Amino acid sequence: MSETPVDAEDVEHVAELARVDLDDEEVDAFTAQFAEILEYFEALDEVPEVESEADLVNVMRPDEIRESLSQEDALRNAAETEDGYFKGPRVS
Amino acid sequence: MSLNAFITEETIAGDDDGPLAGKRVAVKDNISTEGVRTTCGSAMLESYVPPYDATVVDRVKAAGATIVGKANMDEFGMGGTTETSAYGATKNPVDEGHVPGGSSGGSAAAVAAGEADLALGSDTGGSVRNPAAFCGVVGIKPTYGLVSRYGLVAYANSLEQIGPIAGNVEDAAALLDVISGPDPRDSTTRFDGGGEGNGNDADTGSDADAGNDVNAHPATDSNYAAAADGDVDGTTIGVVTDLLDGADDRVVERFEAALDDLRAQGAETVEVSLDSVEHAVQAYYVIAMSEASSNLARFDGVRYGKSGGYEGNWNDAFARAREEGFGEEVKRRILLGTFALSAGYHDKYYKKAQDARAWVKRDFDDAFERADVLATPTMPVLPPKLGESLDDPLQLYLMDANTVPVNLANLPAISVPAGEADGLPVGLQLIGPKFGEEAIVRAASAVEN
Repeated sequence: MSETPVDAEDVEHVAELARVDLDDEEVDAFTAQFAEILEYFEALDEVPEVESEADLVNVMRPDEIRESLSQEDALRNAAETEDGYFKGPRVS
Repeated sequence: MSLNAFITEETIAGDDDGPLAGKRVAVKDNISTEGVRTTCGSAMLESYVPPYDATVVDRVKAAGATIVGKANMDEFGMGGTTETSAYGATKNPVDEGHVPGGSSGGSAAAVAAGEADLALGSDTGGSVRNPAAFCGVVGIKPTYGLVSRYGLVAYANSLEQIGPIAGNVEDAAALLDVISGPDPRDSTTRFDGGGEGNGNDADTGSDADAGNDVNAHPATDSNYAAAADGDVDGTTIGVVTDLLDGADDRVVERFEAALDDLRAQGAETVEVSLDSVEHAVQAYYVIAMSEASSNLARFDGVRYGKSGGYEGNWNDAFARAREEGFGEEVKRRILLGTFALSAGYHDKYYKKAQDARAWVKRDFDDAFERADVLATPTMPVLPPKLGESLDDPLQLYLMDANTVPVNLANLPAISVPAGEADGLPVGLQLIGPKFGEEAIVRAASAVEN
């Protein structure tokens, strides 16, 4: 028995958080699959706490001005631009 | 019939001379090529043209190779069969009714079919080794930090490395020689003196100067191609028994035969058990999906990506663009990753997955006290038929049981052909200690003897 039953509402809520629209068919399919997959993930409850040591070190360099993409190159893949800026939809 | 190994066929000439002069290289379509579209197998990036080259592409061109195209792949690297590409599935050249494996399926198929001499793939949970095994070629997943990830479109940063695919071990190792090394543009390439088998690097790189010493990178004084000398005499190979239980009998039979052959050449085998691997697949998917949910947030249809139009507010336009641009597996992973990181579930899934990851690392460290390299079948199954496995995502995730522990532990591993069963290739995986690429290349070259 799963401790985290997932219903269609949960899937729609997560989809909203992730900014992905879903059609009704996808919501149904994902609801069934997520229940199965999340139940499988529950085996992680058996994992003991394990101390992990940081494996990587920070790599620093002097903060110097270097060459970068031109504004034109940076905008090249945008669907719409205006006066050298990305043009997007309203924020709210 | 075409195998559909390439999404974009385009000749990009390299320099006149160099160690790869005259070689044709296929590049997975999630590795940026200046001026040549890079789709990641996604409709979202159908018209995306990177304004710069990935570091590995720079290096391959400087080594004299000619790039012959951008290889087909599972969308954003998410899949194990190269069937989730928005540009259609790739066929396995060994038997066209079967999948080539994934997610670097186009890269492996191009090499297996002779459409390229060498290929670059990326391996997040086995995506170089899996298609290498299914197509009967060689694939190497390097130690995390050996190869620059600059210009690789990110799926799960903490797990993925770019790796070489070739028809034999020596050629794959030679390509690794070209692409490995420090890169000031990727802070995850190593500058901290971790040599072969050096598990203790916590005392180096403690100040900025030491951290930037390019001579401290493990690839600086290595020669991976030269390590392919076939000399396995005296090597202790640890056989990971936990990963044999669930495997197809026909795969295990080929695996055992390859081990017999290595023993006949003077290798010793010991059995090793890794308790943690039972939880590796769950930990892998929780971590990978969580990182993916964050990484793929950039595809909004404004800066790049398919535009959802400009009606409504940003969130609506963004969500519409992503509904249209992303395929089913990508949506599934973004949503599951968002769920695993959401309030109330973070400790249950993500934190536990990190514990499991640390456990897997510790288990591998213990195993390397007893063995020089570890061996498993690369894939527990033979290549599925095209279309056979798409409907059940959980079954597909389970196929990654033997490869994902290596990514969780940031270790190197190679898949080398170990013969065929029912006319389909079987791969043998050899796993090395951190920066132990030469050890796995050497042992793998003995499998070819």
